[in-house]
Amino acid sequence: MEVVTKGEGPLLGWHDPDEQRKWVRANKPRRMTDKRMELKESVSRFVSDGDYLAMGGFGHVRVSMAAIYEMIRQNRRGLTLAGKTAVHDCDLLVSSGCVNQVEVAYSFGHELRGLSPAGRRMIEQGKVKAVTETSNAGFQWRFKAAAMGLPFFPARILMGTDTIAKSSAMVAKDPFSGKNLALIPACYPDVAFIHVHRCDRFGNSQIDGASIMDCDLARAARRLVITTEELVADDVIRNEPTRTLIPFYCVDAVVELPYGSHPGNMPLVYYSDEEHMAEWLRLSKTDEGTRSYFDKYIYGVSDFGQYLELVGGQAKMKKLREIELLRAPTEAPWAE
Amino acid sequence: MIGVQKQAFQTVELMASAASKVIEDGAVVLTGSGLPMIAMALAMRTRTPNVTLVFEAGGIAPQIPVLPISVGDSRTFHRAVMATSLDCVMGTAQAGFVDYGMLGAAQIDMYGNINTTVIGPHDRPKARLPGSGGANDVGSLCWRTIIIMQQDSRRFVKKLDFLTTPGYLDGPGGRERAGLPEGTGPFRVVTQLGVMGFDDATKRMKLLSTHPGVSADDIKANSGFEIIIPPDVTVTSPPTAEEIRLLRKEIDPAGFVVRK
Repeated sequence: MEVVTKGEGPLLGWHDPDEQRKWVRANKPRRMTDKRMELKESVSRFVSDGDYLAMGGFGHVRVSMAAIYEMIRQNRRGLTLAGKTAVHDCDLLVSSGCVNQVEVAYSFGHELRGLSPAGRRMIEQGKVKAVTETSNAGFQWRFKAAAMGLPFFPARILMGTDTIAKSSAMVAKDPFSGKNLALIPACYPDVAFIHVHRCDRFGNSQIDGASIMDCDLARAARRLVITTEELVADDVIRNEPTRTLIPFYCVDAVVELPYGSHPGNMPLVYYSDEEHMAEWLRLSKTDEGTRSYFDKYIYGVSDFGQYLELVGGQAKMKKLREIELLRAPTEAPWAE
Repeated sequence: MIGVQKQAFQTVELMASAASKVIEDGAVVLTGSGLPMIAMALAMRTRTPNVTLVFEAGGIAPQIPVLPISVGDSRTFHRAVMATSLDCVMGTAQAGFVDYGMLGAAQIDMYGNINTTVIGPHDRPKARLPGSGGANDVGSLCWRTIIIMQQDSRRFVKKLDFLTTPGYLDGPGGRERAGLPEGTGPFRVVTQLGVMGFDDATKRMKLLSTHPGVSADDIKANSGFEIIIPPDVTVTSPPTAEEIRLLRKEIDPAGFVVRK
């Protein structure tokens, strides 16, 4: 294939497909073994300084936020984040100093709530770099290539723009049509956390609602920690195997974490906590406020259970469930 | 805002109403949240009830109960026919199934190329914006792209600080030369001042209608590039009382975008 242009962005998280196959053979669990562990251990074992990190979910939806808090508590440094519509997770990891590089599809914003004061300060002051640009489908198909063991996945996106100039993709002449085609390089994150609705002790996981990019991310990541709202008996999975999206052999650890997506939305279980988001958006306008948020909600608690009590405990979780089920109105305190 | 201070509607309501009239019934539309979503919700409650919405995170044909805050939140697949993946939604857009894509933008140029990445240099931006998100994919793959944004001479620029999402790139044939799907591109630009389209021959932005109280000179004064002003410019119909009621009471009752 004749290469037409090459993006100038660094090729992050890529491996030669044969090297990756050998790594998988040597390192991924093949037996159906019990992989349950505590969140602290999953972070200390599977997240290393300098790793390329990807989180499952999307925006404020079904992101393993408890794992983000734990990475910050364990003071990880030099992480590169897949900014695959990374919102609160990105904001916290960047402003806490854990992440110093972001591959950006969507980062530094809070969707309808506005831009991220803290994350933008870090990048505008040069403390964090947007090393590579891509798009949401760019990430989706980076993970798809990896999930399929391919060096790249072809797509008709990005071409002709500055986004592809700052990406790690190439444009080549497609030998079939003779037209230009973007070659989206595979991405094998060093570690990914995916928050799911239910899984068994082996890691067989089911997600209700939109799966976003998580089927492919689960297969692409070298190490995968599943955090789950509910740990279920083996038979629950076997009785409805068509609902399973992630098979055990992709999974390295299973952590049971009810409300683990807070302050984000867990579809069909609880809505995002907009009061908490408004507090963060208000505090994060200054460095001092940002530090006070971290001191209160992350460093000031020893684990996620204490955090949940601090944000309102069972009463708050019940309220968020009512909003999710449309039995209470959605709030937008940041809009006032 | 120019010319319409005395009207009984807000700017966002006028923009939502204008954008809601751009699509035809039966179309498949890929939209994010915010104003584009509000415009589509209004379209489906008024002129075009048979529009199918698709969301990049995987929701297909939802019946949106209240405005989603996150583009992938549970409202985007409420009573949907399918809750699937970004792979499926963007893949079917690439295969030609999606008629319209709705986008916002911080900057736009005369060919409808848009910037949502940075203001200033990329390596040390004056203002960092979120980036492409799904915008590049939507602008590359949907048949027609509709852009809803504020218009002034800092946003309508001769040269973008960063070309995030392709419009017609450098003019006629630009998209096809780059490798993007044939016959696709920007279709309408809806601002607080008017509705623009694109000239068939030159692919340059062209005025179609001005909002009530806005003149063609206002359109010119609020653009850093020359917008083609044809002789047959019309006046946008203002939102009806029923449209305003729907927007305030049903579509965005919490006031995320349409302030109470």
